Amino acid sequence: MAENMQNIQIPKEMFEFVNHGERIADKKFEDKPIGYFKDAWIRFRKNKASVVAAIVIIIIVLFAFLMPAFNTKYDSRFMDAFYAKKAPRHTALRQFGIMDGGVERTFAEKGLIKAIAIGIGAEDVDGTGTITLEQGMASEYQPMLHIGEGVEKKRGKNIDVTYPGRIDAYLEEGFLYLSIEQSEYQKIVDWEEQNGKKVLYPLVEDNEYNMDAADANNWYKAKKNQPVYINENGKAKEINYAPGMVLEDNYKRNEDGTPKYFEMTGGGTMETAQFKVRVLYYTYYQYKNGFEPNYILGTDSQGYDMALRLAGGIKLSLLVAVFVSIINFLIGALYGAVEGFYGGTTDIVMQRISEILSGMPFIVVATLFQIHLSNRIGPIPSLLFAFVLTGWIGTSGRVRTQFYRFKNQEYVMAARTLGARDRRLIWKHIFPNSLGTIITSSALVIPGVIFQESMLSYLGIVKLGSAGSTSLGTLLSDASSIWTNYPHLMICPALIISLLMISFNLFGNGLRDAFNPSLRGVEE
Amino acid sequence: MTKYIIKRVLLMFFTLFVITTICFMLIRVLPRELPTDKVQAAAIQERFNALGYNEPLLTQYAIYLKNIFTAGDFGTSWYIAFRQPALNVLVDKLLPTVLVNLYSLLFSIPIGIALGIYAAIKKNKWQDSVISTLVILFVSIPSYVYAFLVQYFLYFKLGWLPLQVYSLADGGGSWLTWKMFHSMIAPVLALSFGEIAGLCRFTRAELTETLTSDYMLLARTKGLSKAQATTRHALKNAMVPILPMIISSFIGILGGSMIIEEIFSVPGVGQLYIRSINLLDYDVFMMDSVFYTFVGLLAGIVVDISYGFIDPRIRMGEK
Repeated sequence: MAENMQNIQIPKEMFEFVNHGERIADKKFEDKPIGYFKDAWIRFRKNKASVVAAIVIIIIVLFAFLMPAFNTKYDSRFMDAFYAKKAPRHTALRQFGIMDGGVERTFAEKGLIKAIAIGIGAEDVDGTGTITLEQGMASEYQPMLHIGEGVEKKRGKNIDVTYPGRIDAYLEEGFLYLSIEQSEYQKIVDWEEQNGKKVLYPLVEDNEYNMDAADANNWYKAKKNQPVYINENGKAKEINYAPGMVLEDNYKRNEDGTPKYFEMTGGGTMETAQFKVRVLYYTYYQYKNGFEPNYILGTDSQGYDMALRLAGGIKLSLLVAVFVSIINFLIGALYGAVEGFYGGTTDIVMQRISEILSGMPFIVVATLFQIHLSNRIGPIPSLLFAFVLTGWIGTSGRVRTQFYRFKNQEYVMAARTLGARDRRLIWKHIFPNSLGTIITSSALVIPGVIFQESMLSYLGIVKLGSAGSTSLGTLLSDASSIWTNYPHLMICPALIISLLMISFNLFGNGLRDAFNPSLRGVEE
Repeated sequence: MTKYIIKRVLLMFFTLFVITTICFMLIRVLPRELPTDKVQAAAIQERFNALGYNEPLLTQYAIYLKNIFTAGDFGTSWYIAFRQPALNVLVDKLLPTVLVNLYSLLFSIPIGIALGIYAAIKKNKWQDSVISTLVILFVSIPSYVYAFLVQYFLYFKLGWLPLQVYSLADGGGSWLTWKMFHSMIAPVLALSFGEIAGLCRFTRAELTETLTSDYMLLARTKGLSKAQATTRHALKNAMVPILPMIISSFIGILGGSMIIEEIFSVPGVGQLYIRSINLLDYDVFMMDSVFYTFVGLLAGIVVDISYGFIDPRIRMGEK
């Protein structure tokens, strides 16, 4: 009150009439009128949660459509079976400690040495066998990212030492035996020279010191998995994990002592025979594809790029959802309009039909459509049919109610008296009244469809082919039995689905409030 | 009222009949697979012939209906439980489903309603905004995500709960043992998050509406304390729409959640459904479909009728 009293001391001459002596009744408005949709938009913008939700949706959609465009090196069909289920990794970000492709694990001494040995072996480009532990640890191909303090644990007489550590799941693949043709061997050698990277490494002797001849990572001498060196008496002595450790190599050598890089298999001449070689898979991958493995979200259970798979899944789920919501919108509007406008027997019969359809559990409908149609028209179209069969019922109910409310109002009667036909009455005069509710319910259909689709794929009722298309539910379902060892397989699709569901629900609620004129001014 | 109930029940059975007919036609036209073993295949083929599976479709349907009404026979399982009546197969699976969902309801109803009441009383204060924000999150996140979270934290990280529900043999031979209950906590939790959030949202919405109504003002002017007025007047009226919802959830426990049963390998109705599709055991599939339809329809009419019982102001079926 006190403030108001102060304001009263404004000099009188400062007041003047706005329209003194001027008639404005016949003039046009200078402002633009605020119509129903503009008002809804103004109030939607005020709802912060909905705006944030809309932004999240836009970001996810952009991710889905731009991710494949940014990735010029390969498309969603690119797959590498060796690098399956791997953690996120990016070479540029790796030095900052994020996206290092790392997995936390606890290592026994033997396992730790075996992992470190990959780095030592990779550093040993000339097959000299003189690389120390420190040099091996500094190698860019060293899988061990971090080794913690050893934890001692007594087991009977012995003391077991285990080391917590973080290992790069990509480099962990280490070496691999391959059988290639001579021409390819030459190509690899040329590539090595051009790029200064080493792909081919010496073959390993298959003797008593080789733990497992099929595993190309056993390049050092070992007995019972414990690395050994042979002393001057020809006795094997154990090597333990300690600074300055040098593993004794077990390479195949020619008579002159140089390591053997290839071996002919299957007979034939130098030109026709297959070559058995030992490659470092990480550099072989670069040779094969021309780029380093950079998977910012890791790879999925089969070795596809998770980011691209997710983008494909989001695209598919959203397209299905939007398509279903549009079709439901159209059918529901038409059905509800006819029901509500004509009423009487038409209404009763049509209500009965929609009641029967709505009584069918969705899962049964979806299953029957899949069994009958998926072989003929594919799983996605049959899924769409299932959604469309019962999805419009909610919309039609809302439209029907709106029609009952408006069809007997005076302005409709006036239009009828002026000679408007039924069609014009329905679409021009009554239908726009129900547009707000229908748009809202269409937006709220989307999260429902996304959820149902993911559930049906997860349960295996909808079976998408694995190569081309994928859906979020299929990704979840692929991960379902193995995700505990590879959490990112589950986290990525589950997070995206949850985000989509939350955002669309918030967005839909915001639309509902915005389109409800009775809520105007309530917020303030 | 009685007339209305009878009318609704008759209509329900009519709808059920139509849906059953559609399902039957669509399922029976599917080709049946026979075992690879020739002797067994011939034997089963003979049984199919004897049961009329090779008659024209309408005759088959007549036989199917006749068997249901005369012998309560809903068909036979050929793969899941060889030559067991489909009805028995289903009934055997009912108890685990019901138990898991019942525990979840008993756990979530008090919490959900209590949180809803608290949020309504503290409307527009920070407690309300915290609860409301959480509710929106928890309502939206799909139930299987909770299932994974529960498995990850309570099994892998903490090791408090088993990964999946024990089989009957591991759980002590009965569904009601303590050990079995312990293994069911994980699916119960996974189901409860969404349930609690849904109930909380509903309760808050209803209670805030009744709290602002005129009779509340009257009650306060008559001298009732806020607590008295809230519990005796507002809460009672808010319960009118909440109770039918709870009742329908209790009927819904028969159906259960397919995906939760699959993740936690609860040997219930939902898992039976998935298995019947994978093994192409069509009679069981048919039985399960009819069962799901029935549960859904029943829940619908019980909600409508219970409104009439709970709220004396509503007179059902009157013009």
